Amino acid sequence: MADTNLICINCPRGCHLTVDEHLNVTGNFCPRGAVYGKQEVTNPTRVVTSTVRIDQAELALCPVKTAQPIPKKKIFEVMASINEVHLTAPVHIGDVVIGDAAATGVAVVVTRNMEKIS
Amino acid sequence: MEDVLIIGAGAVGCFIARSLSRYELSVLVLEKENDVGDVTSMANSAIAHSGYDPEPGTKKAKFNVLGNKMMPLLCQELDVSFGKVGTLTVAVDDDQVPLLADLLARAQLNGVEAKLLGPAEVKALEPNINPAVKGALLCPTGGIVNPFTLTAHAMENACDNGVKLHLSETVLAVSRLYDHYVVKTDKDTYEAKVVVNAAGLHADEIAAMIEPVSWKILPRKGEYYVLNHYAPGLVNHVLFPLPSAKGKGVLVTMTTSGNYLVGPSSEVIDDKEDLATDTPTLASVRAQAQSLVPNIPFGEQIRVFSGLRATPSTHDFIIEASQKYPDFINVAGIESPGLVSSPAIGEYVAKDLVGAVLPLKEKAAYTKTIKKYVCPLSLHRDERNALIQANPDYGEMVCDCEKVTLGEIKDALSRSVPCLTVKALKKRTRVGFGKCQGGFCQPKVVRLLADYYHISPLEVLYDKSGSAIILDEIKKEAK
Amino acid sequence: METKDLLIIGGGSAGMAAAVGAYDRGVKDILILEKGPFLGGILNQCIHNGFGLTEFKEELTGPEFAQRFITQVRDRKIPYKLDTYVTSISKEKVVTYMNGVDGVVEVQAKAIIMAAGCYERNAGAIGIPGDRPAGILTAGQAQLFLNEYGCLVGHRVFILGSGDIGLIMARRLTLEGAKVLGVAEICPWSNGLNRNMVQCLYDYDIPLFLSHTVTKVIGKARLEKVIIAMVDEKKNPIPGTEREFEADTLILSVGLVPNNDLLDKLGIPTSRSRGALVNEHYETSVEGIFSCGNVLHVHDLVDNVVEEAREAGEAAALYLKGQLPAHKESITIVPGNGIGYVVPGKIDLADSGDDLVFKFRVRQPSRSVFILYEFNGVIIKRIFKPVIIPSEMEIEKLPKNILNSNQGTITISLVDKET
Repeated sequence: MADTNLICINCPRGCHLTVDEHLNVTGNFCPRGAVYGKQEVTNPTRVVTSTVRIDQAELALCPVKTAQPIPKKKIFEVMASINEVHLTAPVHIGDVVIGDAAATGVAVVVTRNMEKIS
Repeated sequence: MEDVLIIGAGAVGCFIARSLSRYELSVLVLEKENDVGDVTSMANSAIAHSGYDPEPGTKKAKFNVLGNKMMPLLCQELDVSFGKVGTLTVAVDDDQVPLLADLLARAQLNGVEAKLLGPAEVKALEPNINPAVKGALLCPTGGIVNPFTLTAHAMENACDNGVKLHLSETVLAVSRLYDHYVVKTDKDTYEAKVVVNAAGLHADEIAAMIEPVSWKILPRKGEYYVLNHYAPGLVNHVLFPLPSAKGKGVLVTMTTSGNYLVGPSSEVIDDKEDLATDTPTLASVRAQAQSLVPNIPFGEQIRVFSGLRATPSTHDFIIEASQKYPDFINVAGIESPGLVSSPAIGEYVAKDLVGAVLPLKEKAAYTKTIKKYVCPLSLHRDERNALIQANPDYGEMVCDCEKVTLGEIKDALSRSVPCLTVKALKKRTRVGFGKCQGGFCQPKVVRLLADYYHISPLEVLYDKSGSAIILDEIKKEAK
Repeated sequence: METKDLLIIGGGSAGMAAAVGAYDRGVKDILILEKGPFLGGILNQCIHNGFGLTEFKEELTGPEFAQRFITQVRDRKIPYKLDTYVTSISKEKVVTYMNGVDGVVEVQAKAIIMAAGCYERNAGAIGIPGDRPAGILTAGQAQLFLNEYGCLVGHRVFILGSGDIGLIMARRLTLEGAKVLGVAEICPWSNGLNRNMVQCLYDYDIPLFLSHTVTKVIGKARLEKVIIAMVDEKKNPIPGTEREFEADTLILSVGLVPNNDLLDKLGIPTSRSRGALVNEHYETSVEGIFSCGNVLHVHDLVDNVVEEAREAGEAAALYLKGQLPAHKESITIVPGNGIGYVVPGKIDLADSGDDLVFKFRVRQPSRSVFILYEFNGVIIKRIFKPVIIPSEMEIEKLPKNILNSNQGTITISLVDKET
């Protein structure tokens, strides 16, 4: 298996990584890059950010994210489960809106404090 | 049975309606677009020409000069911004200088105040003019006007006085039945004693519904640049080059809102719906403008647009009853100087042409003014505070670039001419006209319109039918 | 007339950080004026993550990052007004603001910090040839519609400009069910962060057309087609290279511009960043009027915005204590060859801290080059850069003692390795 060239997405540096067939990573500026390189080649994951409907808040939508990265191939399944959520204010950053999104074992949490309006 | 049915609510149709609204007549105006003044009347140079340019003895000359004289009082009555800044027709090389004398003679024949200036005088008036200037014709009675409110407020006045306006309704057929007309639209059928054809680009098609016509309306496109408000004083008058066979040429002017307008080009095209702009034409406009004012700050461009003139094959305005019928009145080919002429055309059509076939009895309760639009930023601080205390909406800024408050938008929505689209609100209040071009405020305006008309944001249009801004809602599964 | 020690125009990341910076240096009489209904500014609509890696050593979404500063502002009980629009500032530092409750209010400020952010370059400014249909909007507009109103602006989207906002919206729209047909970028390089190329384009197989621009938009009432073409080195379209896309939406991500009208109206000089010309204390040509954040120069990372804004707040605090000496304008900083702009535009050596800090952007991506610092014509520093790109702001610190005089000009330029 030939080397894989990747761009690390952990931080804005965007280091160009090379991962060989033994999963050795070069080109990373920091240790997180080595972790990312291996992960991306074996089981690429992403954090998904989106919005969910919310009632009784000043806005109609509440932003959410997956608390950890989820397998890249499950992005649209996770989106499908996010799309069904309907919250009611008040909600706070970190509140869990889906315990386990699309059987990934990862929760979806609120990312904005939204107070209840009268 | 209507007394008068007017086809078209551009500047001409709106002023005919206004003039007729003084009399005890039932008047219906049918407009195919979603707003009044939505085609040629909203895409022009916004100039109240003095009248030196049209050939003496033509209808263009007659109505231009009459209309120009009406402007100051009219704009007061209708709460329209008007600036009598004067026009300068500029010669930039020696060959052009004799032509200035010709223009002076023409001005005098048309009864227009005009004066020849030498290069030093021109430079004193216009510090940024091409240093090679050889002289200019100054016409102090020329000016600038807000074309959007001129049209809309004329119609508002007409509607306040009882004229009925149907927007979004297209005339499909007109036929004569005994002593009156049957007008069929895409929505309904009407009967009227008199029909006024003020259908702009399509006036030849409407006229031909009654009888064959020898004239045609040719769409003639003009492309423009709009520059942002910035330090005033780029130009102090409306600057024209010498006119040519193609028209008045590329002008450089300020607008009533403090922007600068550069254009238009002039090109007869085939398609009456083609409003595309293109790079080579705009480059040519730019070059021509720079021969008047070399240092136009094109970096301040906020928009380019094009308009279509309704150019008559007869080269003069067509304002007359049809050959066959004195009660079918064509008002067609109202290209430049159409905007400034429209109030005078309105009076003439009402009094002389409609008046020739219908009795004109003055209404007892007629008002020639509209309710003034409040402009908070023009008020002193204490007046503004009183206004905001009475109505907090005047303290809420919706359009940051043009400083338009919620109070002004709600006022516009409440008037007798509806604002159905984002563009209509833009034309009335200037919301979205600024440097960010609605980047911050358009979502707010969409929501305002959706709430006001109790429709979904998906149904809010930008301007024409089919111009929805939002195509879908998200998270429908959650509902 | 009411007086205030410090008025801050804008309650986004810059305004909040400036307030905290000033407060923590002893200024208590502060008022933040925010035009929107919430503190946080544009961060509120940036629901994606990538914020805070430097500032908080965590990866946060926009709203979460905003909340950190909202908490800092609230913990310090720094007063702020929402839905409040500043209509003018005078050179004497009278600020006029307006809202529906207070009406129109004039306040005499001792110091002002401008933190009003930026606006997007749009279709009108770049004059896209073609028709005028609905369906052409900026990325920020589409983002606001989507994230705040829940409205999808289109189903078949083409994007002009590979800046980060465009790339983020490519992913966002795809996740919400739209089809993104492609991204065209007029430069031969992408203007977004590498990570966004991966997680917004490659992940979703969205093609990127470098050295391409939109040459025509077609559509009567609503957009129907977008035509792109390749461009030459002068950025002129090359005939015969056109490609058509049946798109109902064109999203523009073609640059941000400082929203600097309030200071422009005063005739305050600007720099090539299109924000105010400032000295190393972020002070403009008017003493006591400061500028920071995107209204000074457009940043890529909010972490840099808050660091800069805090410093501006600290400078305002020094100014209010009379510890910021009057302007002497001793050294001018000029962007030289290959450099787009530099902040600050002036330095007063006597007042500076131990380090001189320069923030600048290059005009085009380069490999194996030097950033050259010349002072009065003499090279004082040469820094090797293996890679340097316009979409990443450079922040360089040089020790103050590198200058042998407190008069003259520093020129920053880009030179090839061979020179």
